[in-house]
Amino acid sequence: MDDGAETPQPTQPTMLFDQYQPEDFFDEMFTRGHIVRPHYQAVSDALNAVSAEEFRSRQTAVETAFMRGGVTFTVYSDSQGTERIFPFDCVPRVISAEEWDVVEKGLIQRLTALNLFLHDIYHEQKIIKDRVIPPQYLLSAKHFRREFMHFEVPKNVYVHICGTDLIRDKDGRYLVLEDNLRCPSGASYMLENRSALKRTFPELFQSAGVRPVDQYPAELLKVLQYCAPANFRGNDAPNAVLLTPGVYNSAYFEHAFLARQMGIPIVEGRDLLVRDHKVFMRTTAGLVKVDVIYRRIDDDFLDPSVFRADSLLGVPGLVNAYRSGNVSLANSIGTGVADDKVVYYFVPKMIKYYLGEDPILPNVDTYLASEPQDCAYILDNLAKLVVKSANEAGGYGMLMGPWAAKEEIETFRKMIEENPRNFIAQHPISLSRHPTWCGDHFEGRHIDLRPYILCGEKIVVTPGGLTRVALRKGSLVVNSSQGGGSKDTWVLKA
Amino acid sequence: MPSSALAREEFARHKQTNVMLARVAGSLYWMSRYLERAENQARLIDVNLQLLLDFGHVTDEQLKAHWLPIVRSSGDEEQFFQLYTTADSESVMEFMTFRLENPNSLISCISNARENARQVRDQISSEMWEVLNDAYHYIQGPGAKKIWHEGASAFYDEIKRFSHLFQGITVSTFSRSEGFEFIQFGKYLERADQITRLLDIKYHILLPNAADVGGAVDTAQWHAVLRSASALEAYRRYYVADVFYKKVVEFLIFDDSFPRTLRFCAEEMNHFIELITKAADEKDQIAPALERFEAFLVRLATLHVEDVFGQGLHEFLDEAQVEIGNIGGHLYSTYMYFPPVDLQAEIRFHQQQEQQQQNQAA
Repeated sequence: MDDGAETPQPTQPTMLFDQYQPEDFFDEMFTRGHIVRPHYQAVSDALNAVSAEEFRSRQTAVETAFMRGGVTFTVYSDSQGTERIFPFDCVPRVISAEEWDVVEKGLIQRLTALNLFLHDIYHEQKIIKDRVIPPQYLLSAKHFRREFMHFEVPKNVYVHICGTDLIRDKDGRYLVLEDNLRCPSGASYMLENRSALKRTFPELFQSAGVRPVDQYPAELLKVLQYCAPANFRGNDAPNAVLLTPGVYNSAYFEHAFLARQMGIPIVEGRDLLVRDHKVFMRTTAGLVKVDVIYRRIDDDFLDPSVFRADSLLGVPGLVNAYRSGNVSLANSIGTGVADDKVVYYFVPKMIKYYLGEDPILPNVDTYLASEPQDCAYILDNLAKLVVKSANEAGGYGMLMGPWAAKEEIETFRKMIEENPRNFIAQHPISLSRHPTWCGDHFEGRHIDLRPYILCGEKIVVTPGGLTRVALRKGSLVVNSSQGGGSKDTWVLKA
Repeated sequence: MPSSALAREEFARHKQTNVMLARVAGSLYWMSRYLERAENQARLIDVNLQLLLDFGHVTDEQLKAHWLPIVRSSGDEEQFFQLYTTADSESVMEFMTFRLENPNSLISCISNARENARQVRDQISSEMWEVLNDAYHYIQGPGAKKIWHEGASAFYDEIKRFSHLFQGITVSTFSRSEGFEFIQFGKYLERADQITRLLDIKYHILLPNAADVGGAVDTAQWHAVLRSASALEAYRRYYVADVFYKKVVEFLIFDDSFPRTLRFCAEEMNHFIELITKAADEKDQIAPALERFEAFLVRLATLHVEDVFGQGLHEFLDEAQVEIGNIGGHLYSTYMYFPPVDLQAEIRFHQQQEQQQQNQAA
C-alpha cells in the first residue's frame, strides 16, 4: 500500500471499494465476481463519492458522539469499571425486502411455536407424552421452573421480547444460531446506530428507501400494557416499570434508554415493595401500585425469598405477587427452558409438532453430547467443532475447536465426559462477511444479526435489528465483550 | 362502543401515572448541588489565583495564609495535610481540582454530579446529560492536566461554562414538574451555603495589623470576594463608589435582586419548598422545620448590616449555615430518602406468608 502514496494522483479519485476483496466467503455486499449486489447499489454509489479522508473523519465524529451521549457499556474485567463505546462501523448492513420477508415469516413462526411450547411444558406436557422431546432433557434444563406448573400467564404470552441470533452460511442461507428468550439486550443499539448513521451519513439514506426502526419503544410499551394482569381495573394505563439491576450493570445504558423512550419509570429492586401480594413503588407521594414489570433481571435474582437468597437486586415477595395475578412480568418466569442450547436442537421439531409446518429458518446442524452416538463423534472431532455449554450466553463457556490450544480441548473433553447434558457441538459456520472500515480502507469482517421480535396481541418483528461484527481479522466472535462492534441494519422497502 | 368512549380509552392508554421515585428526587437534588458546588469552587480558585498575581512577590508564609483558608472553608484541611506538607498555589489548586481523595474537589463534584445523573438518566433530557458527560470527560480525560498547566484560568472558565450551560439547558429542556423543583432547590441551597463560606474566608484571612483595614490589600481581598461570587459588576451598579467592606457584606447577604446573594437564594429555596410541600401529605412532619426557616427569612428581610457586625460576621454566617443545613436535611429525609428496606426481614416476612398460604391450602 505504501507504493500507492508515491504514484501521482490519478485524475479519477480512488474509490473506497477498489481494493476490496470478498475472498472465499459469502459477502453481503459483493458477489464472488466483485459485482455489487443490487440492494447495495445505493450505498455503494454514495460511499464511492466519499474519500478515505472524509470517511475517517466521519467515523471519528460518530465515535465522539457516542462517547458524549454516554452510549457506553461497562467493562467488567477492567478493575476501574471503564466505560467503552460499543464500536460502530459506518457501512450499513442492508437486507432486501424479499430476503426480509422470509426472515420475518420465519421469526414469527419460530416465536409462535416457542410460546406454544412453553405453555405446553408448563401444563399438559403433550410434547413429552408424544415422545417428540425426551423428558429427561426438559426436566434437567437449568431454567425449567417446576413452581410454575399449571400457572396461567397473562394473555398466555410467555416470551414478550425475543432476540434471535441469525447467521448466514457460505451460501448465504439464514440459520438460527440461538434464541434469546430471557432478557435479550441490544435493542437500544439498534436505535442509537440508526440515529448515529443518519447524522453522520445523511446522504446514504436519500435514495435507499430504508424502513424505520424507531417505533420499537412504542410497540414494546403496547406489549407491556396489553399484558397487564387479568384483574387490572383502572381508567388510566396500567403502570408499567422497567426493573434494572442498577447503574453498574453493563446494560444500564440500554435500560435507561428504553425507559426514557417509553416514558416509564426505571426502578431498582430497592424502589419496590410487596404488600398484600401487590407490588408498590416508593415515590415522593408515598406507595404507588405497579402493574407490569419489564424486568431486566434474570429469574434467579428476581426474588430472594424464593430464588437466590443472596440476591440484593430483587424484590422479596415479587414471585408470590406474580403468582397471585397482581403483577405481570415480561418476560415471564421460566422462559429460559426454551433457550437452553439442548432444547434449541428440538425447535424445528416443535414447529412441526405445534404448527404442522416446516421450519422456514433452519437451525445450525447440532450434535447433542448426551446422545451416545453424537457424543462419540464430538469427542473424536473436538479439534474441528465448536462446543457450547447449554446455558451460557455472551460467547462464554465455548470451545472453538479449530482455533483452540490442546490444553483447552482436553479441558472441554473432561467437562463433556463428566456432564454430557450440558454440551452441544456444531461445525464452525463460515459466517457471512461485510465490508468494514479498518482504519484507512475496507476489509471483510464476519457478522451476525439479532432482530427483535415482540409478542403482545400479535407478533411484530422490527424491520432491522442489531448487526454485530467481529472486528478482529478472521474472528468469528461478535460479542461486544470480546472485540465485537456493530452496524446499522437496513431493511429496504418493497 | 361509541366513538367518544373509544377516544377516552385511547387517551387513557396514553396517560402514565405521574409520580416520581423518592430515589430519583434525591439524585436530581444531588446532581444539581454537586454541579453548583463545582462552579463555585472553580470561581473561588481562579479568583484567588489572580489575586495572588496582584501581590507580586510573596513569602511562603504569605502563600500559606493566602491559600489555607480556602481549603478550610470546605472543611477539608485534615485531608489536605494527609496528602501535602505545605499549602502553596500548586498543592492547593491540585487538591481542589484533581484529587479524588478530596470529596469537594472539582473532579469529585463533577463525577458525583454525573453519577447522580446516570442514576436518573431516563428522567433528564439528553441535552442535560450530554453537558454533564462532556464536563466529566473534560476534567477526567488525559488532556485535562495539560490544559490546566498551560492556563489555569481558561481551564476554570470552562468548568464554569459547563455549569452555566447546564442551568440554561435545564430551564429550556426540562418540564416544570416535581423533578424541576428538586433540581432548583438543590441549586439554590448549595449556592446559599457557598456564599456563607465565601464570606467566611475573608474572616480567616487575617490582616497583618489593624491599620491595614481599608488599605490596598484589604480592598483587593474584598474585590476578590465579590468576583468569587461573580458579583463585582452587580455591586458596582448598586454602589457606584469604591469597594467598601460593609457594603460588600450588605450586598452579598441582603440584596434581594442579585441571584448570588444569601437572601435571594434563601427566597428561591423557599419558593421551591412551597411547591414541593404543597401537594404532599407529609407536610405535618416537617412543619416545625418550615416555621424555623421562615423565621430565618424574616431575619434576612429585616436585619441591618450593622446588626450582623454587632453579632459578629463569622457567628452570623455560622448560624446561616446551620439554618440552610437544617431545612435541607428535613426536606431530604422527608421527600428524597426512604430508609432502605431490611432485606433479610422482608425475605423472612414473605417466606412466612408463603408458608401460611400453603398450610391453609393443605
